[in-house]
Amino acid sequence: MSHSAAAASANPREGLPGLVDDWSSDKQTYHVPWGKAMMWIFLVSDTFIFSCFLVGYMTVRMSTAEPWPLPTDVFALSFFGGEPIPLILIAIMTFILITSSGTMALAVNYGYRKDKRMAAILMLVTAAFGASFVGMQAFEWSKLISEGVRPWENPWGAPQFGSVFFMVTGFHGLHVTAGVIYLAIVARKVARGDYDKKGYEIVEITGLYWHFVDLVWVFIFAFFYLW
Amino acid sequence: MSAEAGQQHPLGIYLKIWLLLFFLSALSYMVDYLEFQGYLRWTLIIIFMLLKAGFIVAIFMHVMWERMALVLTILGPPVALLFLIGFMAVEGDYTFGARVEYFGMDPNAEPLPVIHAESH
Repeated sequence: MSHSAAAASANPREGLPGLVDDWSSDKQTYHVPWGKAMMWIFLVSDTFIFSCFLVGYMTVRMSTAEPWPLPTDVFALSFFGGEPIPLILIAIMTFILITSSGTMALAVNYGYRKDKRMAAILMLVTAAFGASFVGMQAFEWSKLISEGVRPWENPWGAPQFGSVFFMVTGFHGLHVTAGVIYLAIVARKVARGDYDKKGYEIVEITGLYWHFVDLVWVFIFAFFYLW
Repeated sequence: MSAEAGQQHPLGIYLKIWLLLFFLSALSYMVDYLEFQGYLRWTLIIIFMLLKAGFIVAIFMHVMWERMALVLTILGPPVALLFLIGFMAVEGDYTFGARVEYFGMDPNAEPLPVIHAESH
């Protein structure tokens, strides 16, 4: 390694000059742990999958001449026989997912402080929020199915409503479920001290996945439930 | 921020962003609850959505503190999606027009009212 390259790696430049340095010097481009770079590559590809679903949803919703059922009424829920509150369960699910993102961010922070007890506890709390989210989604699904919503028909309007609903929320729910399992496994390994020597980047990598699941929900909430 | 040190930031920033995300979620729910309609509704939904997504990606996923090489790898490719959205919007609009024009469908039809079962 030449003198200037050694100096550059000791004190890398930021911004655009840094971009040129990282790509041009015939060496490792991403100065992050290997697992983190791979998680980002996966998340970018997953972005395209969810985007295809959402763009497909946009296309069928724009092209159908049949009226689209109103999500605000479809997802309304009444408690204790009161007036139905529009979209309330979806709002609660949104808050639960935001909360779990917060606990996950704290877990990453405690991981880097090498406080493995707090990191593992916060990861398990995150997983518990995720599991309750999936539980509410299961409730939502069974309620809609009992009301006659199918991927090919529903009692209110455009049949595409059901196919989009089951496909998009189903695929997202699958991601949440996988995330809960992933979190539980990593939390156990963190608590056991498996990463004492390797470092706690794994908590951040797991966190990236979890925040991504929350991120996707932000878009589903805006485009499917609120639009 | 050097990569070797990992992404270590004060706890305070996470708590502030967390609160902000709660607030923005509440606002986007209010858009529905207060029954805003039309362009006002769509604009507000998009603004709150982009703010939430931006804070999650920038702060919680630490993209703000990453090196440019990684940031562009993450945020660059999805820009292509804007083209897909544009093309499919044109296509969807055309299909809709054809269905109204040639199949005589009513473009202003209202969905049937939603009646939920009594028992909960």
